[in-house]
Amino acid sequence: MTIMKIKFDAKKRVKLAQGLWLMSWFAVMTGVLVFGLGLFFKIELRKRSEMMDNKESHFVPNSLILMGILACLLNAFGGKICYDSLDPTKFVRWKAILKPYLVVCFLFNVMLFLTAIMCFTMRLALESTLANGLKSGMRYYKDTDTPGRCYMKKTLDLMQIEFRCCGNNNFRDWFEIQWISNRYLDFSSKDVKDRIKSNIDGKYLLDGVPFSCCNPNSPRPCIQYQITNNSAHYSYDYHTEELNIWTRGCRESLLSYYGGMMNSIGALVLLVWLFEMAVMVGLRYLHTSLGSLSNPEDPESDSEGWLLEKSIKETFSSFAEGLKSVGKLNKVEAGAEGGGGEAQTVATVS
Amino acid sequence: MVLLKVKFPFQRRVKVAQGLWLFSWLATVSGALIFTLGIFLKSELRKRSEVMDNTEIHAVPNTLIIVGLASVVINFFAGRICQDSLDVARFPRWRGFIVPYFAGAALFALLMLVAVIMSYAMKGNLEESLKIGLKNGIRFYKDTDTPGRCFQKQTIDLLQIEFQCCGNTNFKDWFEVQWISNRYLDYSCKEVKDRIKSNVDGRYLVDGVPFSCCNPSSPRPCIQHQMTNNSAHYNYDYTTEELNVFRRGCREALVSYYMGLMNTIGVLVLLFFLIQMGVLVSLRYLQTAMDGVVGQENTECETEGYILEKGVKETIKLTIQKIAKIFQPNQVQNEQAESAPGTAG
Repeated sequence: MTIMKIKFDAKKRVKLAQGLWLMSWFAVMTGVLVFGLGLFFKIELRKRSEMMDNKESHFVPNSLILMGILACLLNAFGGKICYDSLDPTKFVRWKAILKPYLVVCFLFNVMLFLTAIMCFTMRLALESTLANGLKSGMRYYKDTDTPGRCYMKKTLDLMQIEFRCCGNNNFRDWFEIQWISNRYLDFSSKDVKDRIKSNIDGKYLLDGVPFSCCNPNSPRPCIQYQITNNSAHYSYDYHTEELNIWTRGCRESLLSYYGGMMNSIGALVLLVWLFEMAVMVGLRYLHTSLGSLSNPEDPESDSEGWLLEKSIKETFSSFAEGLKSVGKLNKVEAGAEGGGGEAQTVATVS
Repeated sequence: MVLLKVKFPFQRRVKVAQGLWLFSWLATVSGALIFTLGIFLKSELRKRSEVMDNTEIHAVPNTLIIVGLASVVINFFAGRICQDSLDVARFPRWRGFIVPYFAGAALFALLMLVAVIMSYAMKGNLEESLKIGLKNGIRFYKDTDTPGRCFQKQTIDLLQIEFQCCGNTNFKDWFEVQWISNRYLDYSCKEVKDRIKSNVDGRYLVDGVPFSCCNPSSPRPCIQHQMTNNSAHYNYDYTTEELNVFRRGCREALVSYYMGLMNTIGVLVLLFFLIQMGVLVSLRYLQTAMDGVVGQENTECETEGYILEKGVKETIKLTIQKIAKIFQPNQVQNEQAESAPGTAG
């Protein structure tokens, strides 16, 4: 029982071939688009790689790049096949390749679908990566004289300004680390000595944040030091003050930025996947309709096209048998050599 | 005496027509590009319109937009004319259209050059406009409660962060303006009272700058208050400290940004001007060559093409005479009317 049989006369076949040719070339362009999206995503991840710990995986953008290249190649090849299918003499050389080509297309579509799903699920992995990365980044904020970490301050400042965020979870993260380097602390000052003594680890902690946490929308000049001390500033209550510094944490900010990017990329890749499926189905119909001409001598005769010759179960079982027979062939060959040896021993015994 | 005469055998006419058709499409695309560049420049100027005092600089993008649109129309017609020039039957219908068309096209090509010259000439104008605009912006920085000025603080802060600049000419402009609003000053505090008393106008001036002047590249946390007081900060010398706050003034930063933009656009417009002139000159040759063919029996004969039928001086004289004739019929009628009563009377 064939699946989804459709009758094809010569005109319909020609139209199908022409339509598929156009679609194939359009699919090549969508392949380029997927490649471009993967590249863009990879660059964006690398731009902020200092905010992520080194274990972040570039698996998703790498697979997008690979899928894009494969899509271009497969669809260009498919377009060539469609173009030649209109000419029976040229089509003969593609007949043998077409079936394995369709199997490869099917596998590619499965992989493309999985890649699209992975785009949506990468968010979880990114969350933990960002949390660790930001925490260590903030610890190295003051180390502007240590080679290898001297740009952490600039990176963090620019990131907090661009993404309008402060700290890891919120601005209080800055209260728990020493972000002012010892080089700029006057150790002869009483205030500094008191603060350092009152801390177990001897760190200089204060209730202040760097300038990059300041919110330009605030009506008053930025209060970045003694934030929790209401009496240090005139007409100031830090519980009700919302516009002074950014209240959002950078982890949340970056996550929503990358999350939005991944959602859009995932949605686009799903659309591309649907299009690729349509192209593959069209090619299958073209393949079967050209293979089942009612009058093999006359290329203009009617034919039928289908998706699968037998039902799904039967196709699977015949496919499994095909695999088994390939396995059996190897066994038979190995057995033939062993059997020949046994026959010899039997002959000698008898 | 004909100006720049060139012989046109049939084959050459055909080649010129075909090449010109392609070329005119290229020129149409370049006209559309000029239009988009004009729109882009205008939107960039509008983005920072709050720190500009007047909108005179908008003459440059406006001219570009007009020239771009006109260029698209001119080159579209050029393509149509040269398409028809290969068909002797269809060519004569353009006859009345040609002279005004060339006059208009030459005018708009000249306007392109004018736009480029303007973009260089108006630098001084832009600088003055920015000087006044930034001065006002800095003065009204503290007025976040005054309607109409409440967004100045946000505008100036974001401008200083984005263009990495501080103040009008440099950061010392902030020392001369009270940028902390009176609402946030504790008048019972001795320090505040002293500062206000020591100032002639009763303003609270500090040697400090807003946070948006801070340079993220600085190795130490930003020092934005008591900047000229070396003893207020450990290991600090404000005369040698370069990375603490941005040293460039916002006026200089904005002028260099816009000049860079207009220079790039100017170079592109000059290139498109050359393309446009090429199209017009080729079209003139083709048109004059075809004029020689019309009326002849053998359409494949050789004709001559030229830019002007007579020399430049004679053409100008003739044009002036033609324009004068338009006004002359009135004079002749008046004379007749005057002489009629005379004879009657």
